Amino acid sequence: MTEIVFQAHGLTKVYGEGDLAVHALRGVDMELYAGEMVVLLGASGSGKSTLLNILGGLDNATSGTVRYGDIELSQASERQLTRYRRHHVGFVFQFYNLIASLTALENVAIATEISVNPMDPEEALGLVDLASRGHHFPAELSGGEQQRVAIARAIAKQPAVLLCDEPTGALDSKTGVRVLQALARVNQELGTATVIITHNAGIAAMADRVITLSDGRISEVRKNESRADPAGLSW
Amino acid sequence: MNWLSVLDRKLLRELFHLRGQVLAIALVVAGGIAVCVMSLVNYASLSETRSHYYRQHGFADVFIDLTRAPRHLHEQIRRLDGVAKAEVRVQSSLRLQLDGFADPVSGRVLSLPDMGEPGLHRLFLRAGRLPDARRSDEVVVIGSFAEAHNLKPGDSLGAIINGRWQTLRIVGVAESPEFIYVIPPGSMLPDYHRYAILWMSERALAAATDMQGAFNNVLLSLQPGASEAALIDQLDDLFRRYGSTGAYGRDDHASDRFLSEELAQLRTMALLFPTIFMSVAVFLINVVVGRLVSTQRDVIAVLKAYGYSNLQVSVHFGKLVSLIMLLGIALGNVGGLALANALTGVYVEYFRFPTLLFSVPLSQVVLVALIGLLAGLGGAYGALRRAFRLSPAAAMGPEPPPLYRRARLERLFALIRFSQPGRMILRSIERRPLRSLMSVLGVAMATAIIVLGTFQFAAINLIVHSQFARVQQEDMTVALVNPGTVSSAYELARIDGVRAVEASLAVAVRLRSGHRSWRVGLIGMQPDAQLSLRVDTSLQRIALPEKGLLLTEFLLEELQVSPGDTLTVEWLDGSGEQSEVTVAGGSREFVGVGAWMSLPELQRLRGRGAEINQLQLAIDPEARSTVLEALQDRPQVAGVSERQAMLTAFNETIGRSFLTYTFFVALLGGVIAFGVIYNTVRISLAERGRELASLRVLGYRPSEVDHILLGELALLLLPGIPLGWLIGQQLAWLLVHLMESELYRIPLIFPAQTLGLAATVVILSAILSGMVAVRRVAKLDLIEVLKTRE
Repeated sequence: MTEIVFQAHGLTKVYGEGDLAVHALRGVDMELYAGEMVVLLGASGSGKSTLLNILGGLDNATSGTVRYGDIELSQASERQLTRYRRHHVGFVFQFYNLIASLTALENVAIATEISVNPMDPEEALGLVDLASRGHHFPAELSGGEQQRVAIARAIAKQPAVLLCDEPTGALDSKTGVRVLQALARVNQELGTATVIITHNAGIAAMADRVITLSDGRISEVRKNESRADPAGLSW
Repeated sequence: MNWLSVLDRKLLRELFHLRGQVLAIALVVAGGIAVCVMSLVNYASLSETRSHYYRQHGFADVFIDLTRAPRHLHEQIRRLDGVAKAEVRVQSSLRLQLDGFADPVSGRVLSLPDMGEPGLHRLFLRAGRLPDARRSDEVVVIGSFAEAHNLKPGDSLGAIINGRWQTLRIVGVAESPEFIYVIPPGSMLPDYHRYAILWMSERALAAATDMQGAFNNVLLSLQPGASEAALIDQLDDLFRRYGSTGAYGRDDHASDRFLSEELAQLRTMALLFPTIFMSVAVFLINVVVGRLVSTQRDVIAVLKAYGYSNLQVSVHFGKLVSLIMLLGIALGNVGGLALANALTGVYVEYFRFPTLLFSVPLSQVVLVALIGLLAGLGGAYGALRRAFRLSPAAAMGPEPPPLYRRARLERLFALIRFSQPGRMILRSIERRPLRSLMSVLGVAMATAIIVLGTFQFAAINLIVHSQFARVQQEDMTVALVNPGTVSSAYELARIDGVRAVEASLAVAVRLRSGHRSWRVGLIGMQPDAQLSLRVDTSLQRIALPEKGLLLTEFLLEELQVSPGDTLTVEWLDGSGEQSEVTVAGGSREFVGVGAWMSLPELQRLRGRGAEINQLQLAIDPEARSTVLEALQDRPQVAGVSERQAMLTAFNETIGRSFLTYTFFVALLGGVIAFGVIYNTVRISLAERGRELASLRVLGYRPSEVDHILLGELALLLLPGIPLGWLIGQQLAWLLVHLMESELYRIPLIFPAQTLGLAATVVILSAILSGMVAVRRVAKLDLIEVLKTRE
């Protein structure tokens, strides 16, 4: 765990100007190592989603630097950011954002079709235990299943990083556990560095490191001695 | 803004937020309304102007032309049953010569009472005064001719009246209700440069034409409720022995007749175009508004959750839709009035009205607006009903992903490996077939409207080509003062520059079949004529039958006869004689109405020997002025008409007014096309924003995302455009059928240019709308879209 995937330094993000300015990030320094699983904890408004969006190339920092490999994300053009998202990073959102008109398999294929070294979409579905549901449309899947398809879609391009924003936020505890299991398995089998955002402290036990944000700053970084099996988690 | 309720404030803000779409919907409405208002105002203005003019200036109801009748009959005419007013006049044809204008100018001169104004056909003086009866050289000229040659009171004219040269002094410029549409006798088209109407005092004109104590033209107005037919019978009895060519009513009066034709066409267009436009607009409004309300699903749910009733929510959205509609209606009215005003300007140029009354038929305009408003509210109603069916909780919660299936098209084309975006397009089209169909129909109707508006350009071209390049190959037609023999032809053929001469005989007749009749010039043509041919609609020559009449098909229909039937031909030469003639066939021509037969056969029927009264000339173009000069010098020449002048007249009058109208229609069609397509794209963008954002997050480039949006649009255009061509052709058929008149029949042709133009306008609208969509995709706020639920 020595190879650094991300290196962020002095990240700030300000929305708005003057009196109306909202400081979402007030100087964040952090690294993410290859194969590592990090849980970003924080209350709502602590800046964790902003940080994730900047890491994922969906948003620009107001100041500071983020380096991914030899790409300086804070200086990247829209075109470079698109290429970065296309090849290096996978996203999982709270609301699965599957394409309703495509089957589970096709939802995965939509990502693999544009990437350079993808895994087989069926294999990706297998990783999240949905091999048998490949030909179902999103409307025919439960929320948890839809989220697992979203995970399969995110990791099928074999990204170096998987960014998950409240992946269990819309799910009940039991279904959420299955989603977390899928994330843990992907992390272990593919070695994908994974960042999970949650306001749910219970999930933190499955991470290598837990970073807590409050009011736009990192208030605590904690290393877990051992990673807990998601099956044992509950909230 | 505090006086506004919160809901109303929300409404105004949303209207502003949706301004692009609001404007596009309003444009569709405005296009439909504008065509209606333009047509209605145009028709109302022209008919109102005409009846006002007729009333104010005493347009007669019955007319009669004679050779010569004694003045004392005037009293007798006045006492006929049903007569309100009677005027007797002297009239004569004349030739004019103008300095600096070499072309032959013919005309008519009419008498004015020596004292006071006439009881009928009172002049409208644009400038100057009426002639003084004590001065024999004073004349008033018609405005059309005065404008064409920039003549003013004080100017002089050289004239040949009754074979005698005279210098005339212009004292006034005037218009008359009998010359609203000023056309030379036997022609269909006005020619303001080469045809003049003059008025002289009766004393002066009678002296010039040896008509002292006599008259040769009668005007009568009817008492209310009196029978025109009965009066015509009395007049025919009275004047038979004075060389009457038969009394006739307004129906057979050239100016009134053409004006009526034009008005009838306008009325047809005023009914048909708005009907088509409004039904298209209503359909589109319905679709577009329905979708707009659908996107407000969650807002409706929130309102209901707070205790707003269905009625309150309905009223709220009713207001939203009404405001959009009212904007469209306002735009449409302003646009329609402006276009009507512009079009009226064109009409005023060739219809000689003293002033044009701009008349807005308020009740009809309001009705059109109401229909538009109801159409919008109807569309909203359907969408609201769907929204109300959901419980507030269900509507507020995240919308479950819609259920999709594999598209049948995919199975159909199983061999093709569709990309995932390709599948998305196909499945979304197939999942809501009705809506896809509506979109295709929307594109089709927009295309159809443009086809309908523009096909006439090609049609008019074909008319011009067939009439002036195939039918009339003669360069000039020379009318003779008195019937001559073929020797006149040989005489003219000797003029330098004349290449060929053909002789013909034109006689005024009334064709009668049962109770149906038609006044027309019957023309006897040399069987081997080369200069003036009859051709069919495919421009193939029709052989002149040896015996019997060849009639334009339009006339066959009007008289309800077919080849083989017998018609009565009344010779309108004062003889009162008539003949029975068989109908030999019909010719389908685009311009005018006519009857033809072989010259020897006509001469035989008339029993006056081998007489002719018209000569067709083919000339060397470079020798035109020498030929014209030579013709001017010949006393037997009554007038010369040139093909080129007729072509110009056609283009300047019918062509111009008609094409201006259709240009406006096509323009509004384009506006509608844009409105429809822009809305389709915007709504599709709104509905798919989340999916498109997901793809962008997955690393799809903006161009790859555009592909989905634009691909769907292309798939709707693909069948929409050809379907629109078909619908447009059907609508054109309907239009052409309803607009057939004696003036001209519009051929139904749809060359590639017409169809291409419609497709181009639609595709351009699509490209413009597509560009807007592309810009929106590039600006898509990925985080915002993905973090919020649908």
